[in-house]
Amino acid sequence: MNPKLCTETYNHSHPASIETYLSLGGYDAWKNILQNKMPRSKIIEKIKDSGLRGKGGAGFLTGLKWSFIPLIEGQKYLVCNSDESEPGTCKDRDILRYNPHSIIEGMLIACYAIGASVGYNYLRGEFMDQQWKVFNEALKEAYKFKLIGNNIISSNINIDIYALIGAGAYIVGEETAMLESIEGKRGMPRIKPPFPAIKGLYGKPTIINNTETLASIPKIMLNEDGWYKNLGLNKSEGMKIFCMSGHINKPGNFEIPLGTPFADLLKSAGGISNNRKIKAVIPGGSSVPVVKGEDMMRINMDYESIASAGSMLGSGGVIVMDDSTCMVSVLHRISRFYYAESCGQCTPCREGTGWLYKILSNILSGKASLNDLEQLNRIAFQIEGHCICALGDAAAMPVRSFLKNFWSEFEYYVDKKESMVS
Amino acid sequence: MNEDYIISDNSKQLIDDVVKKFPNNQSRSAIIESLLILQHENNGFITKKIMKALAIYLTVHEIDIYEVATFYTMINVHPVGKNTIAVCNNVSCMLRGSDEILSHIEKKLNIKVGQSTKDNCFYLKDEIECLAACNGGPMMQVNHKNYENLTIDKVDKILESIK
Repeated sequence: MNPKLCTETYNHSHPASIETYLSLGGYDAWKNILQNKMPRSKIIEKIKDSGLRGKGGAGFLTGLKWSFIPLIEGQKYLVCNSDESEPGTCKDRDILRYNPHSIIEGMLIACYAIGASVGYNYLRGEFMDQQWKVFNEALKEAYKFKLIGNNIISSNINIDIYALIGAGAYIVGEETAMLESIEGKRGMPRIKPPFPAIKGLYGKPTIINNTETLASIPKIMLNEDGWYKNLGLNKSEGMKIFCMSGHINKPGNFEIPLGTPFADLLKSAGGISNNRKIKAVIPGGSSVPVVKGEDMMRINMDYESIASAGSMLGSGGVIVMDDSTCMVSVLHRISRFYYAESCGQCTPCREGTGWLYKILSNILSGKASLNDLEQLNRIAFQIEGHCICALGDAAAMPVRSFLKNFWSEFEYYVDKKESMVS
Repeated sequence: MNEDYIISDNSKQLIDDVVKKFPNNQSRSAIIESLLILQHENNGFITKKIMKALAIYLTVHEIDIYEVATFYTMINVHPVGKNTIAVCNNVSCMLRGSDEILSHIEKKLNIKVGQSTKDNCFYLKDEIECLAACNGGPMMQVNHKNYENLTIDKVDKILESIK
């Protein structure tokens, strides 16, 4: 049995209640820190040593990120990024509605470690009916139990946590765009440096972490050094939630050790549906390169292994496609997304995503030539690395990988004006 | 017709609570949530008069409000039908038949994406991208409530229960 960091409460009858969380040792890590007046540096070192990596997509070492916060006194902020909207990713929505206290405890520990007196959890607007209500209710409970607020458990520590809501913009998941959004502006990414750890929200040092990352913190703090690291398999460190979607029998979220073979994960998700064959997998949300099914079956679910197959672990959104899938249509859909979600700030992204979508639309309507396929590659190349944030790259990488791995299918569509598979 | 929009006392109270989440003199931070509150009060959309009233209430510039209202897709700046339907049709949902679901709804309600029905009962929202329910696809939100693992039958029942 794998240990559960973020998903432990999921199968309980009242998963989101503070009683359930407390009965499973919840808030023990937080109380322990306060009662022992644990030095901040010790927490940061422990998280650093655990090998915990950011689970929103970039995979940056969490403890290292925290250590960038200047030691000087003054206002600092923590932001939890619950603006989950990377296509294929639906893990944070479940943590928010089934285990909100793990997020609150993780945020409290992070606030303490970086010296922030205020933490904001930014939820995407579309979560307003369920996750928003559950999380706000959990906050109220935590205040009632005096685990947040002023002079928490007579420690002289004051930390307030607030929930914030977005209103529909994928780009706000980019950390500096999120800061702009919290400041009440359009979600347009900032030029880095300065990095948020130096100059973030309202110009103050700020750390932004993903929901799953923060929800993993309490268990790491509660266990002995090296515990989290050793949970991984095949030389990998730690755990990850993978969101299995697409042509599979049992779509769902699976919290498993990093390094687990993809074949095992696929089996847990019930295998490919309708007795069909696996054709392709997008292993980390729609922004990462697509991998051929047969290559996927040979690799493990960890950063290095997926990189060796030419892709990235990203957010853990695993989209599985069977042999009935038209890759031209899938790429067309992905390109529409980045075209719609580009904030419009940088020209290569604003114009380039539009052209990618337009050319792919032309292929689908039988109005494209083989020259257009080369043109797609050229445009992708011109977007990549030329913008303030990674959205442009995220639009370009699928295009290049779909063309590389399924060139003949695109050629067939241009030539015959119909899909190779239908 | 030229009367100013009056923010209700109830909404004022809700907006005051939003402002309290932020440091002093950062009332601009409250714009997004305030617009969602006012949109709810005004049949699902925001007018220029509402933007003006909110700008005065939060002591920010009108343009600050306008920028936010036109950037975020959940803020409607035109009148829309009473019940908002949002069908996810990004990749995960598409692989499981969301295109059929969407065209069924279009046919059933006799509207295209981005339009409201003649009786103003439904608004089929445009610019809908991944709604983070990928393992429940195909899915849609009706008035922000999730309906997952949709079939044509299920969609019919949901829409009829709302009519």
